[in-house]
Amino acid sequence: MALDKQTAAKREFKVVGTRPLRPDGVDKVTGKALYGADLTAPGMLVARILRSPHAHARIRAIDTSAAEAAPGVKAVVTAADFGAPADEAVRDVLVNCMAHDKALYDGHAVAAVAAISEAAAKAALKLIKVDYEVLPHVTDVDAAMKPGAPVIQPGRQAETVGTEVSENVTHYCEFGHGDLEAGFAKADHVIERSFKTEATHQGYIEPHACLASFASDGKADLWCCTQGQYMVRNLCSQIMGMEASQLRVTPSEIGGGFGGKTTVFIEPVALMLAKKSGRPVKIVMSRSEVLRATGPTCSSSMGVKIGMTKDGRITAGHAKLRYQGGAFPCGTVEFGAMAAFAAYDLDAVRTEGWNAMTNRPKQAAYRAPGAPMSIYGVESVVDELCQHFGLDPLDVRLKNAAKAGTKASYGVTFTDIGLSACLAKAKAHPHYTAPLKPGQGRGVSCGFWFNFGGDTCVTLNVNSDGTVSVTEGNPDIGGSRASIGMMAAEELGVTFDKVRTQVVDTASLGYNEVTDGSRVTFAVGLATIKAAQAAKKVMCQRAAKIWGIDEEAVVWEDGAARPSGPNAGQFPPMTLAEIAAVSSQTGGPIAGHHEVNADGAGVSFGVHLVDVEVDPETGATKVLRYTVFQDAGKAVHPSYVEGQMQGGAAQGIGWALNEEYIYGDDGKLQNPGFLDYRVPVASDLPMIDTVILEIPNPGHPYGVRGVGETSIVPPLAAIANAVSRAAGVRLTSLPMSPPRILAALDAAHPAAAAE
Amino acid sequence: MRFEVATSVADAVRLLAAEPGTARVLAGGTDVLVQLRSGMVEPALVVDIKRIAGMRDIVAEAGGFRIGAAVSGAELGEHAGVRAMWPGVVEAMELIGSTQVQGRATLAGNLCNASPAADSVPAMVAAEAVARVAGPDGERDVPVAAIPSGPGRTTLARGEFITSIFLPARPARSSDAYLRFIPRTEMDIAVCSAGVSLTLGADGTCTAARVALGAVAPTVVLVPEAGAALVGTTLGTEALDALAAACAAAAKPIDDKRGTVAFRKKVAGVLARRATIIAAERARAEA
Repeated sequence: MALDKQTAAKREFKVVGTRPLRPDGVDKVTGKALYGADLTAPGMLVARILRSPHAHARIRAIDTSAAEAAPGVKAVVTAADFGAPADEAVRDVLVNCMAHDKALYDGHAVAAVAAISEAAAKAALKLIKVDYEVLPHVTDVDAAMKPGAPVIQPGRQAETVGTEVSENVTHYCEFGHGDLEAGFAKADHVIERSFKTEATHQGYIEPHACLASFASDGKADLWCCTQGQYMVRNLCSQIMGMEASQLRVTPSEIGGGFGGKTTVFIEPVALMLAKKSGRPVKIVMSRSEVLRATGPTCSSSMGVKIGMTKDGRITAGHAKLRYQGGAFPCGTVEFGAMAAFAAYDLDAVRTEGWNAMTNRPKQAAYRAPGAPMSIYGVESVVDELCQHFGLDPLDVRLKNAAKAGTKASYGVTFTDIGLSACLAKAKAHPHYTAPLKPGQGRGVSCGFWFNFGGDTCVTLNVNSDGTVSVTEGNPDIGGSRASIGMMAAEELGVTFDKVRTQVVDTASLGYNEVTDGSRVTFAVGLATIKAAQAAKKVMCQRAAKIWGIDEEAVVWEDGAARPSGPNAGQFPPMTLAEIAAVSSQTGGPIAGHHEVNADGAGVSFGVHLVDVEVDPETGATKVLRYTVFQDAGKAVHPSYVEGQMQGGAAQGIGWALNEEYIYGDDGKLQNPGFLDYRVPVASDLPMIDTVILEIPNPGHPYGVRGVGETSIVPPLAAIANAVSRAAGVRLTSLPMSPPRILAALDAAHPAAAAE
Repeated sequence: MRFEVATSVADAVRLLAAEPGTARVLAGGTDVLVQLRSGMVEPALVVDIKRIAGMRDIVAEAGGFRIGAAVSGAELGEHAGVRAMWPGVVEAMELIGSTQVQGRATLAGNLCNASPAADSVPAMVAAEAVARVAGPDGERDVPVAAIPSGPGRTTLARGEFITSIFLPARPARSSDAYLRFIPRTEMDIAVCSAGVSLTLGADGTCTAARVALGAVAPTVVLVPEAGAALVGTTLGTEALDALAAACAAAAKPIDDKRGTVAFRKKVAGVLARRATIIAAERARAEA
């Protein structure tokens, strides 16, 4: 697709850039909004899932006869009820939803029961006898890569992977350009460090929930909380051996996703139970099930080597990234390898990535998947080099910043990007020069995300009362109904309150890719603007008809059809409401629609500044002040944009300081609850300040860039750099929990530790 | 599962004693209900005691206070008399859970849940609090320190339950303090904790001190050596260092998901030191 250059002239907006009240807010805070668990159907059964207590075990046999005979039980399913989808990736999704010959991780589903009550279902689970042969397990990425490690799934290794690693290593990737050796030779100092990051969960408040129903003719309905109803339809119809048109998927309101709801975990199970029982079946996961069996992000082990001249020019960078994404092949490390050095304009750069399978749940996308870890490693080493030379960390980043024309380490050449502008804004911000007390430290980090467009489909109906209905297919996880409605209002020249945006089921609109890649405000917004333009064209035709002039002689300006000039005729302008009111007499209903595989999403950069204080006696870190600088292209609804920037920072702070999947020696998850899986609570955080920059994206009519993901990328390194400066010792392992910080301090100061 | 609302202490004792299976006493329910929902326990009987007369009262007695077994953290925190005399016990209780949990959670429940990390227990042990226990053989008074016998276990016999907690009278220039370490700022469970209760003489010399640690052993640990390190001193650096060293030595923690042995031993001393300083400031303000 050719890039739309409408943004070349600075545009004055009337609706875009304002802050109307969010349309979903009142229903959400009063409990009226319908989430996944709120849906019911007559005759509905409740299902519960039996999960493996072992990290790795062969399933010799499953005896469900007692459960099937138990009171109130209407259906029991195991892997034996499912066929084998032809597509390997779909088969992996199915095997993750219901273990086949092996339980691959603690919490892996092995059977499910649908019964007339939750109590009956729970009682029946205890009657299912699973004959397990417990196998050796491995949960650590480095251990899983070693030759001789327990093999999770044989035969899944790509040909590009060398033979010096175990069969668990499924992928190898490599990016970069230039002569590394020559680059390091030019450096005045080279630092090489190893880093580890633990797996973190998206931590959405709403657990997965769905309701499935089969009609007697084989058609099915599925209601669920998801980031993509079309994705659910495609996966489930393949797993169930159905035609896509026979399964209608309706998304509920969604209580957070952050990437974690871009696949299915329980939906095929509910569908199979509904098919077997002939009754609607509902499944709601518990928090413990969410943590044990849905997708956290990858954990990582990394090596980063960077060379720098004494005046702060980076001469070469090399990163080796090892990610584990659970018990299935996973390509997330590729994003990490592509993103690692994206902020820098380098002559010599190389990133290598390996993915290893482990006995952990199948990873799912989490906000900029793969990038926070690799950029944490790179930004930590850059910071240490700045400390080594006594250089200002923002000056060094400005000196090396990628800009328009830079060939990125992953191959593309950047167009207009906002990194230098973010860095300059951070440098000039009062936060950067505010004094620090002893025991406090300030950290800086850049962040980057690719952003995405993809298949998108929008219908816009002009109603006869002068209101507008926008029909779109992407669940609203970050305010997209507001921003899409605002873009429709802007384009049509009506006020925001005249537009209502609805997210609809898979039967009501063409295919839309999942809500991911920060794509919705960009791609659905773009399609909405084009759909509005199509509707305007129809309205101009109707006005021409009414006025009896050629349709080419009518233009749309300031929310009304007008004669294009004095020669076209003298007619008073007709507004959208006036044209809509008589649409039945001028040719029927007025609508516009647009279908596109949207390109030109425009990459996104951000810079975070953070001040922390470390208690040297306990290792506790307090975040004192936090400022986010990010390029939004054009902020359609600035409050939502700020919310995205703050939310990413908050999740990143959790990742940096306390959140982690803790596995025992037995391979079982030790902390499957929000008590010991510690997301930050409100009182843990300062108010996170935000500075929105607007460097228009040439790929969007209004200049919009996705803003949802970049904000989780910088916090890991920004906090690590701040903590390392405050504590006087370099931390290289996340999370920087108090015991880890105290141990690092005691190792650095053995005399003080002995006291 | 049977649910009974007891109308008197005798009624509750009768119900509990007659149950051959597992029974649970419900006061605030902030632990019991979580255990029920998670399937940790499946009791045959739950007896609600909070409707029994007196269970929600705080009564002045012998210069101290008797606190009914169903008095919530929020109610305790609003009682000016207890706050003034035992601020450390009150602050320990108020650290438990969320605002909603504070509306229900009780001192007696926190004690009977028998978690080594219970927040109010080190403060009560430092305070020499006494639990009044009702049972088939009548009433008995038991030091709080003697109630827990291990994680999730108590010394209470079948049919027994706690009806009140007694916080005794104090001499002039006495006060207490409680500190816990958590990785967050609230809504968490102590990685380790310290309760300190002390009395100062007119010249500022410490004349009595009790120090108790939480989450560093299967039950709360009273550390007499730590208290002894303070007595006879003016709580200078040397005394506080000796206190911290005594606490680190007395702590017998484990490595687990919440912390390491090394971390808990060190931080137990740090917390005891800091709690001592706070308790001493409060005691001086008493004068």
